[in-house]
Amino acid sequence: MTYLHNIGAYFLMITEMFRKPTKWNVMKQLVLKDIDDLIIGSLGIVAFIAFFVGGVVTIQTALNLTNPLIPKSLVGFATRQSIILEFAPTFISIIMAGKVGSFITSSIGTMRVTEQIDALEVMGINSLNYLVFPKFMALMLYPFIISIAMFLGIIGGMAACVFGGFSSLADYTTGVQLDFIPFHITYAFIKTIVFAFILATIPSFHGFYMKGGALEVGKASTTSFVWTSVVIILLNYFLTQMLLSS
Amino acid sequence: MIDVKDLNKSFGDAHILKGITTTFEKGKTNLIIGQSGSGKTVFLKCLLGLFDYEEGSIAYDGKVFSKLSEDDKRNMRAQIGMVFQGSALFDSMTIAENVMFPLRMFTKQSKSEMKDRVDFVLNRVNLESAHNKMPSEASGGMQKRVAIARAIVNHPKYLFCDEPNSGLDPKTAIVIDNLIQEITDEYQITTVINTHDMNSVMEIGEKIVFLKDGLKAWEGSKETIFKTDNEVVTDFVYSSNLFKKVREAYLKDN
Repeated sequence: MTYLHNIGAYFLMITEMFRKPTKWNVMKQLVLKDIDDLIIGSLGIVAFIAFFVGGVVTIQTALNLTNPLIPKSLVGFATRQSIILEFAPTFISIIMAGKVGSFITSSIGTMRVTEQIDALEVMGINSLNYLVFPKFMALMLYPFIISIAMFLGIIGGMAACVFGGFSSLADYTTGVQLDFIPFHITYAFIKTIVFAFILATIPSFHGFYMKGGALEVGKASTTSFVWTSVVIILLNYFLTQMLLSS
Repeated sequence: MIDVKDLNKSFGDAHILKGITTTFEKGKTNLIIGQSGSGKTVFLKCLLGLFDYEEGSIAYDGKVFSKLSEDDKRNMRAQIGMVFQGSALFDSMTIAENVMFPLRMFTKQSKSEMKDRVDFVLNRVNLESAHNKMPSEASGGMQKRVAIARAIVNHPKYLFCDEPNSGLDPKTAIVIDNLIQEITDEYQITTVINTHDMNSVMEIGEKIVFLKDGLKAWEGSKETIFKTDNEVVTDFVYSSNLFKKVREAYLKDN
């Protein structure tokens, strides 16, 4: 029953988020601040993880391709496919659920605990539009982060492959270009946009409707991470089923 | 002026406010007092429109809030200033930005006009040099004064304060009380203060509403509270020896 109630409350929150919009000159600054906090502030960790995980994917693939009949270029091909189809959109989104999601939940939750949300309501401001909509807008730039993760993952794989002596640079680049299907990029970005919406709204929901004090803010952050990850994994499955299997 | 008629509010089976009827007058500091759990905060949140209620009405200068359209409710809320118990300052903004916030949201003033108004109200609450501080860098008393400045910056007709003295030392508490009373008198606004600080009751209680278990048990002023023989009130107000002695001295002199 609680689950059903929460699902209903979540969808009501989403409709409320688009109602009674905040003045544009105020909203513009909120969106820019959230772009700085959520997008620019995540670039470093995403770049670091993407580069090194790209390297690990390459090493693991190369170490498992022991049959001499399999061309060395397959390492680049497998790395590209892994990174574009799954690692960049899904794995990075799970990481972002931890980094960005817990930031959103704790910042909105703290506002709830310290009556800042009540202060907005008393002033007649639609607090959901004021707090959640800018995060939704900022995260519409999330594909930019994922593009960087794709690029750096492939570059990391290349570095690991060449410097680790698993294959030549030529073989790797040949593999990266092998059988390229442009729809895979579209598929990855469709997932990315859906995950961006989830990353903006589920942590906001857990922060906005939390009750209690500082301890509950911590608990809400953890719960929000769990549910954001679960929903991302489930949607990943359904989107993959819908978009790739035919 | 705020007219409350037969206000009833429940949470599930718990009947919190039981038919409260009272009037909060313009240009006066109106106090709601009572023990913890007596329904003061629920009453204040009903007055602010944060809680819906089952029965009764709340009229702001003749306009019944629950019957207003959404736009009118929003306009009405723009005329309300609120000082929260914990100040509720936006911690991502400086003190000046906090005070400017209602102006940015509800007016079409230019930046220089807004800056002038912010300077004026910050001077009014004796915070001339705190513009660029963050709320976390300000003391409890300063935060309360900033909250008052934010509440009055947009010329409200109604000012609500929830426990404005909680967590403050006695001297700062008196400064805050006096500031609220001066502002109420100066701008002729309707001020409603939720408190259980007896010093505030004695200092600024021009109209006092006493709640007990969700019922209005008594109403009067700081003068009549000394003379009342209502046991519920005297048990609460004169529970400390100090106030008992103050009352005895007052009754002796009058």
